[in-house]
Amino acid sequence: MNQFSVLLQIAFRNLFANFLNIVIGAIVFIGTLLFVVGSSLLNNMEGAMSKSIIGSVAGNIQVYSDKSKDELSLFGSFGAPDIADIPDFSKIKSALMNIENIKSVIPMGVNNAQVAYGNTLDVALEKLRKTVNQKNKGDHSDALRRTMESYKSHIRQIVSVIQGDLRNLSALAKLQPSDKENMATLKKAASEQFWNSFDADPLGHLEFLENKIAYLLPDSDFYNIGYVGTDIDSFKNNFDRMEIVEGQMVPSGQRGMLLSKFVYEHQFKLKTAHRLDEIKEAMENKHSAIARDPNLQFLIKQNKTQTREIILQLDPVSTAKMRKALQIYLPSAEKDLAILLPLFLDVNDKNFIDRYNFFYSTIAPMIELYRLRPGDAITIKAYTKSGFIESVNIKVYGTFQFKGLEKSGLAGGLSLMDLMSFRDLYGFLTPEKLAEAKHLEKAAGVKIIDRDKAEEELFGGAWDSAVSTGSQTDIDEKKELGMIRKKDSSVNRAYTQSEIDDGVVINAAIILKDPSKIKETMKQIKTVSDKNQLDLRVVTWQKAAGMIGQFVLVAKVILYLVVFIIFVVALVIINNAVMMATLQRVQEIGTMRAIGAGRSFVLAMILVETVLLGLTFGIAGTAAGSLIIKVLGHNGIPAMNEFLYFFFSGPRLYPALGVGSIVWSMVIIFIVTIVSALYPAIIATRVSPITAMQSEE
Amino acid sequence: MENVVSLVKVSKNYVLGKTIVHALQHVSLQIARGDFITIAGPSGSGKTTLLNLIGCVDVATSGQVVINGNDTHDLKERQLTELRLNTIGFIFQSFNLVSVLSVYQNVEFPLLLQGRLSVEERKSRVMDLLKKVGIDNHSKHRPNELSGGQRQRVAIARALVTRPKIVLADEPTANLDSKTGETIIDLMKEMNELEKTTFIFSTHDARVMAHAKTIVNIADGRIVGSMSSPARKIAAKKSPAKKSFGKSEKKSPSRPVKISK
Repeated sequence: MNQFSVLLQIAFRNLFANFLNIVIGAIVFIGTLLFVVGSSLLNNMEGAMSKSIIGSVAGNIQVYSDKSKDELSLFGSFGAPDIADIPDFSKIKSALMNIENIKSVIPMGVNNAQVAYGNTLDVALEKLRKTVNQKNKGDHSDALRRTMESYKSHIRQIVSVIQGDLRNLSALAKLQPSDKENMATLKKAASEQFWNSFDADPLGHLEFLENKIAYLLPDSDFYNIGYVGTDIDSFKNNFDRMEIVEGQMVPSGQRGMLLSKFVYEHQFKLKTAHRLDEIKEAMENKHSAIARDPNLQFLIKQNKTQTREIILQLDPVSTAKMRKALQIYLPSAEKDLAILLPLFLDVNDKNFIDRYNFFYSTIAPMIELYRLRPGDAITIKAYTKSGFIESVNIKVYGTFQFKGLEKSGLAGGLSLMDLMSFRDLYGFLTPEKLAEAKHLEKAAGVKIIDRDKAEEELFGGAWDSAVSTGSQTDIDEKKELGMIRKKDSSVNRAYTQSEIDDGVVINAAIILKDPSKIKETMKQIKTVSDKNQLDLRVVTWQKAAGMIGQFVLVAKVILYLVVFIIFVVALVIINNAVMMATLQRVQEIGTMRAIGAGRSFVLAMILVETVLLGLTFGIAGTAAGSLIIKVLGHNGIPAMNEFLYFFFSGPRLYPALGVGSIVWSMVIIFIVTIVSALYPAIIATRVSPITAMQSEE
Repeated sequence: MENVVSLVKVSKNYVLGKTIVHALQHVSLQIARGDFITIAGPSGSGKTTLLNLIGCVDVATSGQVVINGNDTHDLKERQLTELRLNTIGFIFQSFNLVSVLSVYQNVEFPLLLQGRLSVEERKSRVMDLLKKVGIDNHSKHRPNELSGGQRQRVAIARALVTRPKIVLADEPTANLDSKTGETIIDLMKEMNELEKTTFIFSTHDARVMAHAKTIVNIADGRIVGSMSSPARKIAAKKSPAKKSFGKSEKKSPSRPVKISK
């Protein structure tokens, strides 16, 4: 004990005796600082990200068919993974629910489809067609007549916009023969004569407009929309961060869809409005300024040049209204809305907030902000797994988001669809479809086509899949869709829970009562699966999330590698430094040996000195790191982009200091210093006491 | 009188490159308890080798070295260390204090290695010795804050703190000016008389030799003469220890000293 106290005293006093010690100290300091800050951050990020992934789609565990060739990747991957299906969900549900730690099993199927929006003219024509149908059914009210007239003038306005476009084009380039033909068609569509005769043959006029004019308006868009087919009730109950933003839940057992709020904002909202939102967001949350942020300047430029989306929506009355409002607001004497709007949208840091508010208070009510409103139906066409095109008419009941993940494109990338519609789109037969198919087979004498040739025989070419809002553009197709209409009426009923459960799913999310027991539960699932021949592959949320789930893992590996390298370097440097220090001290060591200090004393002396040196600077580094984490934990680290938003599980990450990080940093320091000092210490024990007798000269 | 050191036909050879250096050849020497003996001889004569063997920091190539009844040939490394710790005190030419420890801690150090005494016992013993060597008012200083003479006083205190049978001093005055060297030798002699400790020191300084009770002359690894002078013992007893070196020499001009070339 006394020896140890003198060892400590010697060690303390030697702490700053050598310049090399300061170098060692600095390396140890930086190493521990990096380790404590890095590991705390990553641990917190892992926690936050796991909250994002578990809370949005994955659950704690995912199961899918073991026959799958690829691995399940909920947040997307390169290409389309080949995942085999689970033929009967109810079977695995009942088997797995016997496991103590499982709270619930939620059926799922992730898929995506390319979505095509019909253009503005299509939407307007569809509205007019509805009123025409109503009139044909005998409605001769004034209100209907006024509505019809308003729609008509809107369409005439659109036609004149297209005419203007083509005229502008002719001024710039030589017109093709087809353009000249189009000019003539447009002239006809814009003529008084055409509209005067409309009421005499409304359907014929509509057909002319739909077939000859609508495609001249190049404003349709293609998007990729990802969706999860699931038992929406069960999903809502188990992913408690989910909340409805607009509209309502899909009623229990009904077919229907909930759009992700993120997708709704990014893809269905008027682009002008969405860009204004983005500018506001950047200015408020990132403290960007239009004057110095080229991204914002680009958004403004887009807004200035792409005003047609607004103009096309307006009939002459609302055009006049908007013109007036802008003339007063700006103020300006300009009469052309196509010039007034860009003037208004040319915002700067000073006037932005005012114009933003004016846009939403005055301009927005005159137009449709979203291409789709909760309650509207959309037709989703997607390729089935076997190569058929399947289409489903589905009502969008509302939009939803995950609390805390509102701005994450990853968490908000998937919309929700009922399982029945999903199965239809995926090519699985629901009871109605089975009956319908049999009926059709009988009626039409359909022959069974070889699956491999099906695509060719049916369609010739192929595009991935398509969804259109509101209405179908093509008349011919509409006629064929009579079949779907019939189906629509037959499926417009509530399904029972057993109908939902008895059927095909792709994967299932498992929510645990105690998430910390994930490993044991996974083993149990595997056992149950093997026993009942369920053929399940069991993966953690991390694995199921695909590359996203691995991100923090990779970051951790990189951090540990960096820390490892730092400490390997430290090891070599400490080793050398202690060696040099030892050689400088041979006389002192020899003297101690002569006086009667044993070899163990000398060994202990060198080790204690080095460990003390390491611990002193290690504690300093840990303290500094802890302080940094404390400060960050107090202020929060802002999520600068969508990815970080997901990883942080919210707009800011508030890291907390992990005891584990501190303990580990101490353990590492201890081991590194012991190991690096061991060799010099052994060398020191070999210093002969004779050395003491040799004079310094 | 009982011998604390007994060397019988001791030889020590070093290998230096390809040649063998015969540092000591068939040296036999008996040193009695309480002696104040100097090993005299020029550089390279084997003085230090002889002291190393007596101090158990080195082992003989042949012959028998018995220290305080222990034949060092039979002892293992660990036992030799124990023997050094408990039986022998060391005073070095360049003082060899532990630079990061205070004067007090340097003196206390061997006691800590022994680990036998309590804090109080250690304190009383260390302070007692520091008083005796006249450095008690510097107990908290670091060695580098002291002069050479003061440092050697601390070293003497350190050598004596375990109450060893033998104190070895290798050229204890070589790094000191002559006046300081003289007082150090006087101090050693005083301690020799107070503590009855055997002092064995080497020197090539004739004036230092004059203080010895016994002088062993060594040259080329052989003892070429040994002289115990009762007359000088008497003189030493009569004259106080602090007496100047010059006077001492004058009082014993007839002292037989052989200095080998």
